[in-house]
Amino acid sequence: MTMLTAQKPSSDAAPVARRAGPPLLRVENLSREFGGVLAIGDLSFTVAAGDIHSIIGPNGAGKTTLFNLVTGVYKPSGGRVLFDGADVSGQAPYKLAARGMSRSFQNLQIFFNMTALENVMVGRHLHLDTRLLPALFRFPSLVRKDSEARDRAAQLMADVGLSRYLGADADSMPYGALKRLEIARALASEPKMLLLDEPAAGLNATESREIDAVIKTVAASGVTIILVEHDMKMVMGISDHITALNHGRKLAEGTPAEVAANPDVIAAYLGAAP
Amino acid sequence: MNRILHGRLTGLAVLGAIIAVLPVFLTNNFYLDVAILAGFNAVVCVGLNLLIGYAGQISLGHAGFFGIGAYASGVLVGVYGWPPIAALLAGAVFVGVLAFAVAKPILRLKGHYLAMATLGIGIIVSIVLRTESGLTGGPDGMMVEPFKIFGVELYGEKVWYWVVGVLLFVVVWLSLNLIDSPMGRALRAVHGSEVAAEVVGVDTARFKVMVFVLSAVFASVAGSLFAHYAGLITPAKADFFKSIELVTMVVFGGMASTFGAVVGAVVLTLLPQALTVFQDYQQIVLGAILMATMVFMPKGLLPTLAGFLPSRRRA
Amino acid sequence: MFAELLQYMLSGLTIGAIYALAGLGFSIIYNASHVINFAQGEFIMIGGMASATLTASGVPLPLAILIGCGGAMLVGVAVAKFAVERARDASTVTLIIITIGASIFLRGLAELVWGKDFKRLDAFSGETPIQFLGASMQPQSLWVVGCAGVLIVAIGLFFNKTLTGKAMLATSHNRLAAQLVGIDVKRVVLASFALSAALGAVGGAVVAPITFSYTEMGIMLGLKGFTAAVLGGLGHGPGAVAGGLIVGVAEALGAGYISSAYKDAVAFVIILAVLLFMPNGLFGKRGAERV
Repeated sequence: MTMLTAQKPSSDAAPVARRAGPPLLRVENLSREFGGVLAIGDLSFTVAAGDIHSIIGPNGAGKTTLFNLVTGVYKPSGGRVLFDGADVSGQAPYKLAARGMSRSFQNLQIFFNMTALENVMVGRHLHLDTRLLPALFRFPSLVRKDSEARDRAAQLMADVGLSRYLGADADSMPYGALKRLEIARALASEPKMLLLDEPAAGLNATESREIDAVIKTVAASGVTIILVEHDMKMVMGISDHITALNHGRKLAEGTPAEVAANPDVIAAYLGAAP
Repeated sequence: MNRILHGRLTGLAVLGAIIAVLPVFLTNNFYLDVAILAGFNAVVCVGLNLLIGYAGQISLGHAGFFGIGAYASGVLVGVYGWPPIAALLAGAVFVGVLAFAVAKPILRLKGHYLAMATLGIGIIVSIVLRTESGLTGGPDGMMVEPFKIFGVELYGEKVWYWVVGVLLFVVVWLSLNLIDSPMGRALRAVHGSEVAAEVVGVDTARFKVMVFVLSAVFASVAGSLFAHYAGLITPAKADFFKSIELVTMVVFGGMASTFGAVVGAVVLTLLPQALTVFQDYQQIVLGAILMATMVFMPKGLLPTLAGFLPSRRRA
Repeated sequence: MFAELLQYMLSGLTIGAIYALAGLGFSIIYNASHVINFAQGEFIMIGGMASATLTASGVPLPLAILIGCGGAMLVGVAVAKFAVERARDASTVTLIIITIGASIFLRGLAELVWGKDFKRLDAFSGETPIQFLGASMQPQSLWVVGCAGVLIVAIGLFFNKTLTGKAMLATSHNRLAAQLVGIDVKRVVLASFALSAALGAVGGAVVAPITFSYTEMGIMLGLKGFTAAVLGGLGHGPGAVAGGLIVGVAEALGAGYISSAYKDAVAFVIILAVLLFMPNGLFGKRGAERV
């Protein structure tokens, strides 16, 4: 924050006014170490409801670790994560999903033993009857809701541009399509907040633009988005707010214009020690 | 063929037809006996396949659960005079509780832990059965009374063929239902990627425990009925090798394929009968099948065959 | 009273030394390849059978042990090369099944070659019991404990002092990094199988005069070695050794004071207790799963 005040405010941005709503996610003094090495250190920031909030930083800055901490994949060594008003630090990912948090993964985590449609249908898990007996005996109510889930999953696939893969096995789909499949699956759980870990990595320019459009549509529907992405053009273009990390600590935050002009951020990206 | 394998009802109809027609060709009691044994194995394998094939976990102790069911029936009916159906249910409940008690803490962990724990349970069960000879007859086994229900006694290969046939049909139906449900998808998701399943709300540990308990209960029920059919049970039915044999059937027939598990059970029940001439080679063949299946067709026989078909049709 | 306890301890340490060797074998292979090698017990069997049958046909004992050892190493490399390596990216379940298949196959093969009956191997230096504080001990027990001790120390030196050993350790810590600095990871896996096979085979040869040799001798020895490895913390070498000795002693005490019929169950009760209460074993490290 001090870095930002030292910075001359950029003329076209009004950082406070752009905050869309009350904080949905609040990270307080979060840290995580691996064998004595601090991957995230004393990190605090908030994400406003309805924002597209990007986390940027050079490789090894701790972005994916931060995602894993927020979504419960890792347990923090210190600090707190508050989501939707409740302290959720260290809660299991499936509990966080029930509270309305879902994510995609930097290295794909697809259910390759299923079809594309079934992948998305797993995303409906929280909204379906998952008990044993109704499943064994195929209760009519379960079958009805399941077929609704199928339609809904198909619709989501269409929304992210995957209509032609409806019947495809996941392991026969190209990389770019799988990236979108992960987003569709996460959306199927109807999250309040969606964390996207490098959704455009490995995509060509056209595919990147398509993902960009998907993210905007999702955000417009009221889902808060936290984005980790190396494609700076995309980040600068769609973010409401940016937090820059380096060596697991906060380097800067603010609007895209503010962060882009921050000398520390520039230095970190060019490799000079801040 | 693919439609048959994938269509729920078509596959079930084919299975029903085979079960119905088969007795025409089983002209003597020996053939019927082999078919009945294959049926019992198939019931256990369909359950085990839910665990191994769909949820991606492994049990090296399922024969132990089969054995508990068998001896529960043998001891409770023979020694304590329980009605057979009550003994069967008691065995199933006991196995369910045991499986739950062990799986609950262990399945929170990742990796090989379930394999280790089930291995331990299976061996302990077979040692107990061998040792407590006062109740179990020790290594020589024990005689089991026939199955009686509502005053009717199930007796003879012909009757038991239909009992096992119907049981298998029902178990396959239940398995197909389960797989094609939200819980079934959750199980397969656990196999595909645990972390991805978790972030869309799947409590992976809970589903692993449930499917483990379910498959153990299937094994126990099959064990109980087998005991009544065979009339004599020995601890060998519960030992480590029997557990490995069951895993082999599932893996060979086709992981994540209910009908594959049935095919695997049938083929590997028939194989030793065919190999009696080469009895010395039986172990070598079994071992080679296990390795070769995993190396050359890791999906197993039926799914691999099914995979060939569409491409051939196109050609 | 004390003599009795000592007697149990001594026999427990003897058999525990074999479990330690088997457990060490499990750990070495697990470190190099993340495979749990259920064929470990068959290496013991090969060592025991080869030395018993070869000496019976006139081959001098040391040579017989060497041949058994070499044979087991070849078999180990073959298992690694033709089964495990081919299923490189396979799941844990698949790899477990492959090694179980290998163990059944090897046992079947051994029955064909050597037959099913028990083979006798004479004790290395007579059978006059040694009296020790009121307990008596077979001289062969000293051979078992001594050989196991020498092998364990040698393995320790190998991993900490030699370049090959260090390369194998590096591979277990970080496969990719090891590859980047030019370590041939495939050869490390093969070497780990060969090394484990040699450990098992020597163990089988020295224990054969006590247990007799038969084609199924490796099953329980192998499984208990596995228990030892889990107890010590999978992949932790010294832990596996300690685990082996603990399992051996616990088993002997259980057999002596509780029930000899349940001797074999002790190891598996231990494994369940470890899994339920301290899944990382006595010495294993807790690791976070990377996503």
